[in-house]
Amino acid sequence: MLKFLLQRIVQGIVVMLVVAFVAFCIFRFLGDPVNNMVGDSATEEEKEQIRQQLGLDEPVAMQYLKFVSNIAQGEFGTSYRTRTSVIEQMKERLPATLELSFISGMLSILLGIPMGIYSALHPKSWLSKQFLVGSLMGISIPTFLTGLLLIYLFSVVLGWFPSQGRGGLVELGWWTTSLLTVKGWSYIILPALTLCIYQMTLITRMVRAEMIEVMRTDYIKFAKARGLPDRIVQYRHGLKNSLVPVITIIGLQLGSVVAFSIITETVFNWPGLGQMFIQSIEFVDIPVMSAYLIFVGAFFVILNLLVDIAYAFIDPRLRVH
Amino acid sequence: MIKLRSFIKGCIIILILAISNYSIAEQVLRWSSAGDALTMDPHAQNETPTINMNRQIYETLVMRDVNLQMEPGLAEQWKAINDTEWEFSLRKGVKFHDGADFTAEDVKFSIKRAAAPSSDFKNYVATIDNITIVNDHTIRIKTKEPDPILPSYLTFVFMMDKGWSEKHNVAVPQNYGSSEETYAVRHTNGTGPFQLVERKPDLKTILKKNPTYWGGDIALDKVIHTPIKSAPTRIAALVSGELDFVLDPPIQDLQRLKKDDSLNVVSIPQIRTIFLGMDQGSKVLRSNPSLGKNPLSDIRVRKAMYMALDVTAIQQKIMRGLSVPAGMITAPGVKGYTKSLDERLPYDRKQAKSLLAEAGYPDGFTLRLDCPNNRYINDEDICQAVVSMLSRIGIKATLNAQPKSIFFKSVTNSESDFYLLGWGVATLDSEYVFRYLLHSRSKDIGTWNHANYSDPEVDQLIKDIQKELDMNKRDHMIAQVWEKVRDNITYLPLHHQVINWVVSSKFDIPIRASNEPLFKLVKVVR
Repeated sequence: MLKFLLQRIVQGIVVMLVVAFVAFCIFRFLGDPVNNMVGDSATEEEKEQIRQQLGLDEPVAMQYLKFVSNIAQGEFGTSYRTRTSVIEQMKERLPATLELSFISGMLSILLGIPMGIYSALHPKSWLSKQFLVGSLMGISIPTFLTGLLLIYLFSVVLGWFPSQGRGGLVELGWWTTSLLTVKGWSYIILPALTLCIYQMTLITRMVRAEMIEVMRTDYIKFAKARGLPDRIVQYRHGLKNSLVPVITIIGLQLGSVVAFSIITETVFNWPGLGQMFIQSIEFVDIPVMSAYLIFVGAFFVILNLLVDIAYAFIDPRLRVH
Repeated sequence: MIKLRSFIKGCIIILILAISNYSIAEQVLRWSSAGDALTMDPHAQNETPTINMNRQIYETLVMRDVNLQMEPGLAEQWKAINDTEWEFSLRKGVKFHDGADFTAEDVKFSIKRAAAPSSDFKNYVATIDNITIVNDHTIRIKTKEPDPILPSYLTFVFMMDKGWSEKHNVAVPQNYGSSEETYAVRHTNGTGPFQLVERKPDLKTILKKNPTYWGGDIALDKVIHTPIKSAPTRIAALVSGELDFVLDPPIQDLQRLKKDDSLNVVSIPQIRTIFLGMDQGSKVLRSNPSLGKNPLSDIRVRKAMYMALDVTAIQQKIMRGLSVPAGMITAPGVKGYTKSLDERLPYDRKQAKSLLAEAGYPDGFTLRLDCPNNRYINDEDICQAVVSMLSRIGIKATLNAQPKSIFFKSVTNSESDFYLLGWGVATLDSEYVFRYLLHSRSKDIGTWNHANYSDPEVDQLIKDIQKELDMNKRDHMIAQVWEKVRDNITYLPLHHQVINWVVSSKFDIPIRASNEPLFKLVKVVR
């Protein structure tokens, strides 16, 4: 088990180094940050000086090595754009992104699983068809449009929820949460709904397909023949057995919720990491972009590791290898 | 029983009065724009949103009023005492937000700070040789050469407290290479109408009124800025009443917003002109080297391109009427602007074609138009229109629209033959246009002259304009330069941008052509 873990961790580090390297190669094509950093009145000489100070005149490989060695020392640098420490900036925004992802993940589970069960048990009912059509639309409409539609309906027309931002915050040490006040919930509900639609659709369809499959198997027939009540057959025998692959998918999808949140955060002006990333791309703010990519890389690696470990626990055959 | 009831009634009335009183007392302006100030260090970034925010907190010796006319700021008056020396009498009794007195020491310190290598305003104070303190409230600024526009440049040099800056180790602006954030990035200490309460970069900035402001009482108690990058979200927040003021509404929404009774749309021509630049100095076209020569160096070709552009169509179709067609690359309000120079050559495709044929290109030629797609209002759409207009006289331009970070890189590296640019005039003096766009290109001057225009006579005139203190003579020379540029068709002017602000009808915010709101001037209407 320890060997397995170590192997995975080493693999994870390699993956992150590759991510950072690819990112550094791409940064070259994003343009020149120095033009954004100085006013119109700056001369070419001054710009060249700044490039030297920042080490932008060095070859990519050199810049990359410096970046990695700095990170190894826990040094993420300062943003070119706001001149503030990158790590501070990320610390300020991390709670917003994680809370949004968590709430939207919960929403997609709480809505997706019941919808999936219902449409599996009553495949021909009118409501099931609505669920399927609705989920098809959820996948087809781009996130930013869903977001704008929700803003228009619930903020502009009905005036129920605020259209943007994050409010009602309570500070718990360095972590700020919006989940402890009603006001806070009124801010998070629209973006979380927008973000959850895609995952919810996925979960609904997966639960439905898995459960239809399971309900056809012999042991369900046998359970029915034993005269067990429908409720027990459907939930204890049917649902339980169809959830195993669903849980894997949910785990892996959590990573993409964080990644997907870039668009949702921009539309709702949600002060999370995704919004920070978008702003830094436009400015070619290399320290912030690289820190974000490292963060997302690490997040995926850790998530995969956890899934692997969970597998090893669930499925004894993996441990034997 | 009755007594108790009336007691309760009384309590409720007092409570209601207290609440309503409270809401009258607290006047909060909530506003938004796409971008945030980059830093609160007043000398670190010469960029409009940053200057906008700092101008509410910090002040300058010379200020500009609503109509952008110069007015006394922290200096009550100033005069040139000889060709190279200015004397400024400072306002007395002014205090910084932390209570320190504003004195001549602070002025000397602040100008020196603005001249530091890590300052982004060093070119604005480059002519200053030294500063002498005459007494606590009088200073003399000696320039290396006569400098008629020094007061104008000083409208950008914010005054900081020497003691505070030294105490917090921010006597110079933050260095680009430094890995640590300095104190001045999130903390301020100015003399201005507002003081900083909370600063979260890109998230929220809260200012509160300076109760002891020297300029009199201010109507607003608090100003809250929330940057919102997505334009539809910004407008939705305004319409749903979460914001009171949006600085940069998208022009396609204005018609609809005008119909909303709770909102006012105000407009004014901006000090920024959009134009096309053509590299006339290069031997061959970079985007079409096989042609073997550079057609843009031929004035007939440039004139043909000028006459092929239907700017009225651009104004109507793309700018929705919200632009002013331009004949010169500087806007009304700038010294040297005249109505007659702003007249355009007629739009005449026939003549354009015959000019092209005369120049030896009866079938036109191919080149690339470089264009930003996130810098100016509808920039990419304008370029698309230009491409299709030029194609009608046979010039096949391919459009290369890119984000500003890439676009400006290729333009400043001289990789473009033909590009779209906008130019604002910070000092409101034509010299600012000449210095960057018309003087022959070198390391320190003509840095934005990517048209590679070079005329020794114009260079000499610009040198003289920079030194001439006799305003009549100077105005005459400025006019001469503009006429030369017009006759040479150095640039193809398109239009002056128009600014639109959307304000809740609860407030009256005087609009300024520099696109800088001054919150001390805001009035509460109801």
